[in-house]
Amino acid sequence: MHELSVCLAMLNQVSDIAERERAANVTRIVIRVGPLSGVVPELLQQAFTIARAGTIAEQAELLTEEQPIRVQCLRCGSECEARANHLVCCECGDFHTRLISGDELLLASVEFNR
Amino acid sequence: MCDTCGCNVTHGNRHLIEAGGKHAHTEDGGEAVEVLQNLLSENDHQAGHNREHFARHQVLAINLMSSPGSGKTRLLESTIDALQDRYRIGVIEGDLETENDAERIRRKGVQAVQITTGTACHLDAHMIHQALHRIDLDELEILFIENVGNLVCPASFDLGQHLNVTLLSVTEGDDKPAKYPVIFRTADHVLITKSDLLAVLDDFTPAKAEQAVRQLAVEGPVTLISAKTRDGFGPWLEWLGQQLERMTIRQNDTQPAANLR
Ligand SMILES: Nc1nc2c(ncn2[C@@H]2O[C@H](COP(=O)(O)OP(=O)(O)OP(=O)(O)O)[C@@H](O)[C@H]2O)c(=O)[nH]1
Ligand SMILES: [Mg+2]
Ligand SMILES: [Zn+2]
Ligand SMILES: [Zn+2]
Ligand SMILES: [Zn+2]
Ligand SMILES: [Zn+2]
Repeated sequence: MHELSVCLAMLNQVSDIAERERAANVTRIVIRVGPLSGVVPELLQQAFTIARAGTIAEQAELLTEEQPIRVQCLRCGSECEARANHLVCCECGDFHTRLISGDELLLASVEFNR
Repeated sequence: MCDTCGCNVTHGNRHLIEAGGKHAHTEDGGEAVEVLQNLLSENDHQAGHNREHFARHQVLAINLMSSPGSGKTRLLESTIDALQDRYRIGVIEGDLETENDAERIRRKGVQAVQITTGTACHLDAHMIHQALHRIDLDELEILFIENVGNLVCPASFDLGQHLNVTLLSVTEGDDKPAKYPVIFRTADHVLITKSDLLAVLDDFTPAKAEQAVRQLAVEGPVTLISAKTRDGFGPWLEWLGQQLERMTIRQNDTQPAANLR
């Protein structure tokens, strides 16, 4: 449900950028989302189709680049691909790992016409 | 209270506007600008601001998260009973509706501010900021924030807290951390609550729950606790004391809590 809040925050940012760029309309918004961000891309898409109405992004498409989950082991130094509920080291099994990617929630780029 | 920065008045993304960004042309003749900024940067900015308030008043802020009914308010009631003579405590209560939880806390003789979120299933940094203006922070050493009972949404919103405590009651199933990794992985302390009920529940194994938490690379303690019998309160209260000490040592810390953006 918080995808709507996230979506409104995104549209605020996009509007600010569009205004700064003197854009006539926004054609595409690209975001980067990791599974550990807590935001579900499909729900964000749904929220977007509702929330974009009446904004400068009314005609825009929303493109999501999903990011992989990667961790680095603090014990043996290995870098591994991981799953959301399994963030331990794939080499030595230690749970002292650091997340390298997978929790992103980024506005990557905005495309527009002047 | 907010004398250093007026940005609580206008929510505009000034910082974003200053950012600039790389430009390029798109295939269809339009323009593209690279941004690379957190979608919740406005919330994060406010959270940083809240953290400044806490630092200035030397208040330790702890965010409590769990599903509805896991025992957050009752934990606070018992914790207040145990610590009231030692520390000055305040509470911000988040619920969809009613003042009930804040009233329960006030009955303990402690400052409590209720935030009713209406339809929003989580607290955000702006709501906390408004609540901070209704609390006398000079009077406090520990501020507990009881988030809305929800295992999904609260995890995405930094409130400016120093620490996250996530509760899992023994009536919920020991695989909850594996089902809701986003919220459990941000925990600085996981409390397995209502331990007094273990006697009548044969399918909850605390060791399994702890294992599921470790799979999320959580380093902090996992404590079995009952707010009813006070089982496990020793380690919990000791941990609180240690965190308070650590905070006084590294004052002016304005970094986000360990795993939260
Ligand atoms: N037996 C037992 N019951 C508990 C314990 N802690 C809480 N409860 C009961 O569980 C119910 C819910 O507790 P609350 O403290 O209101 O839970 P909460 O997490 O604050 O609930 P929300 O704010 O609605 O999300 C109440 O009936 C409590 O009395 C405990 O340690 N043992
Ligand atoms: Mg409660
Ligand atoms: Zn929600
Ligand atoms: Zn390793
Ligand atoms: Zn303020
Ligand atoms: Zn500010």
